Amino acid sequence: MEIIQDDYQIRFDSENNSVICSGTYRLTGDEYAAIVDILKTVADAGPDFLTINLTALKFLNSSGINILCKFIMRLRKNNVTQVRVIGNNEYAWQQKSLTNFKKLLPSLNLEFE
Amino acid sequence: MIQTLGDFIELDTCDVQDSKDFLTINFSATSVPLQQRWRNNGLSADFLAGYLCTFFPGEDDETHNRRVVIKDGVNFVANELLENAMKFNYPPAKCSVHLYMGLKQDKVLLYVTNCIDPTVVAAWQHELKRVLTEDTHALFLEQLIKNEQEDNSDSGLGYLSMINDWNAKLAWKFESAAEDESVQKVTVMVQLPI
Repeated sequence: MEIIQDDYQIRFDSENNSVICSGTYRLTGDEYAAIVDILKTVADAGPDFLTINLTALKFLNSSGINILCKFIMRLRKNNVTQVRVIGNNEYAWQQKSLTNFKKLLPSLNLEFE
Repeated sequence: MIQTLGDFIELDTCDVQDSKDFLTINFSATSVPLQQRWRNNGLSADFLAGYLCTFFPGEDDETHNRRVVIKDGVNFVANELLENAMKFNYPPAKCSVHLYMGLKQDKVLLYVTNCIDPTVVAAWQHELKRVLTEDTHALFLEQLIKNEQEDNSDSGLGYLSMINDWNAKLAWKFESAAEDESVQKVTVMVQLPI
């Protein structure tokens, strides 16, 4: 499963149970629908563990924060508790905003590289 | 009638005009479709953030890190303010969107003005009063739960993220347009510490 656009991309790597978001997530609420479909499918499959790689995600607007937070809530609802989120030290916004994920899923492991 | 919510500082006061370095952008919010304007929001926010960074030269680690934080903060806040102005602008009023960004010693000031539908003002002000007086972290969670239940396309998380993640201080001014009393204008002011 993947969406590849010039400005933004998302890919689910089923071999490694890894969701990779990259580019600039600056879409309108409705434009996120295709990305939300992928995230719902991944969460509802209920994997034993999941890695969310955001190291190449340059920007996230509030609608993007909304869809990723809802994804984390859906993982929790489906008892997917072994979740590793990898952020990028170079993006200040990630250090400010990604900590919200831990409030939604306390077992989540947030790392920056 | 003028109504303010929060600690609103008028743009023409001496305090604000102390900012010798500022930028203003003015554009028509209704001349092209929303989808196309959305791309312009990003371009404008990138430009504002990149431009501001030129006031913080230096290659040492501390300056570099400070510049990265300022750039990301201004980019996020300016983008959210412009997205809101585009989304909630009231086309029948045919007024333009105005953005001002000024640099002060310890903060960046951003003002965005647009026209809004007069019938939604009261409900919106009620929500804004909650943002100003309640625990914004609790409101963030409340809004997320609401969004999950109602599947809203508008996240309602922009102002809360500015406050929670970027320590921004927000205030609003509501007023009738000088040229037409029936047209409602809103200006949002954001003080972003740097």
